[in-house]
Amino acid sequence: MSFSKDAAFFDELVTAEGLARDYAKPLYDFLSSMSPAERRQAQESAELAVKEMGITFTVYGDGSSIDRSWPIDIVPRLIPSTEWRQIEKGLAQRVQALNMFINDLYHDQKIVKDKIFPAELIKKSVNFRPQCVGISPPNDIWAHICGSDLVRDNDGTMYVLEDNLRVPSGVSYMLENRSVIKRVFPELFEQMSIQPNADYTSQLFDMLCAMSPRPDDKPEVVVLTPGIYNSAYFEHCYLAQEMGCELVEGRDLFVGDDDVVYMRTVHGKRRVDVIYRRIDDLFLDPEAFHPDSMLGVAGLVRAWKAGNVALVNAPGAGVADDKVVYTYVPEMIKYYLGEDTLLPNVETYRCYEPSHMSYVEANLDKLVAKPANESGGYGLLIGPKSTAEERAKCLAQIKADPRNWIAQPTLSLSTVPTLVDDTLEGRHVDLRPFILSSGQSTYVTTGGLTRVALVKGSLVVNSSQGGGSKDTWIVE
Amino acid sequence: MLSRVAETLYWTARYIERAENVARLVNVNNLTLMDLPRGISPGWEPLIDIIGSREEYEQAFSDFSEQNVIEFLTVGENNPSSITNSIQMARDNCRTVRDIVPKEVWEAINQLNLSLADRKSTFISKRGRFSALKSVINQTVKIVGLLEASMYRDFGYLFWRFGACLERADMTTRIIDVRSAKISSQAENSKPYENIQWISVLRSLSAHQMYRQHMGVRVKPNQVKEFMLHNVSFPRSVLFCLNEMHKLIEMLPHNTEMDTRIRHSIDELLAQDIRSLEGEASHLYIDELQIDLADIHTQLVEQYFLPQE
Repeated sequence: MSFSKDAAFFDELVTAEGLARDYAKPLYDFLSSMSPAERRQAQESAELAVKEMGITFTVYGDGSSIDRSWPIDIVPRLIPSTEWRQIEKGLAQRVQALNMFINDLYHDQKIVKDKIFPAELIKKSVNFRPQCVGISPPNDIWAHICGSDLVRDNDGTMYVLEDNLRVPSGVSYMLENRSVIKRVFPELFEQMSIQPNADYTSQLFDMLCAMSPRPDDKPEVVVLTPGIYNSAYFEHCYLAQEMGCELVEGRDLFVGDDDVVYMRTVHGKRRVDVIYRRIDDLFLDPEAFHPDSMLGVAGLVRAWKAGNVALVNAPGAGVADDKVVYTYVPEMIKYYLGEDTLLPNVETYRCYEPSHMSYVEANLDKLVAKPANESGGYGLLIGPKSTAEERAKCLAQIKADPRNWIAQPTLSLSTVPTLVDDTLEGRHVDLRPFILSSGQSTYVTTGGLTRVALVKGSLVVNSSQGGGSKDTWIVE
Repeated sequence: MLSRVAETLYWTARYIERAENVARLVNVNNLTLMDLPRGISPGWEPLIDIIGSREEYEQAFSDFSEQNVIEFLTVGENNPSSITNSIQMARDNCRTVRDIVPKEVWEAINQLNLSLADRKSTFISKRGRFSALKSVINQTVKIVGLLEASMYRDFGYLFWRFGACLERADMTTRIIDVRSAKISSQAENSKPYENIQWISVLRSLSAHQMYRQHMGVRVKPNQVKEFMLHNVSFPRSVLFCLNEMHKLIEMLPHNTEMDTRIRHSIDELLAQDIRSLEGEASHLYIDELQIDLADIHTQLVEQYFLPQE
């Protein structure tokens, strides 16, 4: 195969010697047997499938938004099933501890009293919701759906980079990528044993139903979207359709005097039991949060507190979606579960700790500095690629608000061969698996969404910033 | 079905029907004026009254020249009922219910909207106008045809059809109202041309051929009115549309009041002797009819679309 590997990085398909990894051999051979024209043709047919199937994402422009075709690269990213089983365990352990942590924070705060987690951090937390204190959602689960970002360093170890516990998105693309690649490489699905991932929507639906306050009746489950201008609207539509439930906007719902949530239908009002909400906390309920939110439903939190409706994820779950809180996950696992962490964190410096801060100050040119509560790669500084001026500016921001900054060493993300014109070149990837928790069981997607930075040497995988995606295969 | 979805489908249908009606109206007026001598010609002003946008029009233009009126009706940005605005609204509405509407229907609406964007100047040019308007009519008819052929017959379909019928009945009453007032108030020397103008009324309602077949070759004003209001088999007559709406409402839940309301309108319409309506009486009667239609709309909104808390 005409693939020149960059020795500095771990490649997911090819060893340091330039040979196919065992589990990737059939794929490697298949790609090698293709002519450049065939590879290009395969890529074109993948792109056509994306268009025909209407798989889009929305980019915000100046005041308008545009639907773009979802970018997908035909070369899949492979993970051996033995390794994946360990990752699954690690993720389940992590999410269990995170849920216990969130529940603890809104109740007795034992972890604070036992001096494992500093009280200071909660006081200055952007996503801690005092409105949620004392509430006990079903089975004490707050983060029912978690999307954790994993990266592999050049020694081959898989690390957790962050946990998305608010409204993580991307799962529809994970599923659609599989249906596209099945069309493009049907032969490989015969030759290799690739684990299916299509079970997610049924698992999601079962989990949502299990949260219903009226478990005996057939629960009414809805997906709550901010509307067509949201960047993940495609996904909201997709999930609602796959689960056969209504896709609603805030104005379709209201809370009655009985503290029950209803949707307005042509039959009159109809009770809603479970809301898979894809609206951020602060816009969810003008009565409880932002009074001027047009997207939410007045009284939703009231109905939730009364136990008449399940909100998934629960408001307030985002308190653990904080890069400073993230650094405490290993301690949480020890504290709540008495176990050692199975999936390691990336080494992280907490800027509010003076010893860490002085290290960060002296070494910022080697580090990546990130604000604790931003997502989508906003506001971060990549030390090695920054100017002295940018570093000084960033340092000033950190010093003004050390609680909300962390720094990490620059990772050498692993690569996967990716089609560039008609040749294969290594491009950096990450992985976002999704974890569902109902309190009775935990489900981890088989693989996840692999995002790839299409620009040579780039580490930016966000689709809004020139990133692409790959199908992810868990193989024997 | 969510009320919002039902309402969105209802409005999508109304906008598409409206665009088609306006296209036909402009086209027919355009052709008719070629047959009428100067001085007798009613010009373009009545069209502004038909679509009920005099206020918006006068804000934008100071005269009723062909150029201005056509621009206003076809591509006018500040005219909510212009063809381009109607299609844009239909498209924006339909986009939010893409999962409900057959894919081909959505694509056809989207396509029409895109084709209008680079067509603006053709509507205004005398040469290009005819084919541009014809193409709007053809494409809207295609959308309705695709829908008829592929949409699941559920509540969504019922609300869509209801919107189309109501919009159609509304447009028919508007055309009859404005045209009969205008034609009957004309000076004595324009009598010879009355006939042409009544034919034009029929044409703008795509009714000329059917009228001749069923009412005879001579076009008589009161018979035109009767045909357009009372005919039970012509799809653009007000009675036909009301009967259709009545059938649709029978398939909807909680329909007692709506049923009574529409039944009442039908009874009133049938009780009215159309042939004897002249001048002011005709205008007053059609006014009543329009209030009726507006009432049906309001009641539909209250029954099915509005908050029931």
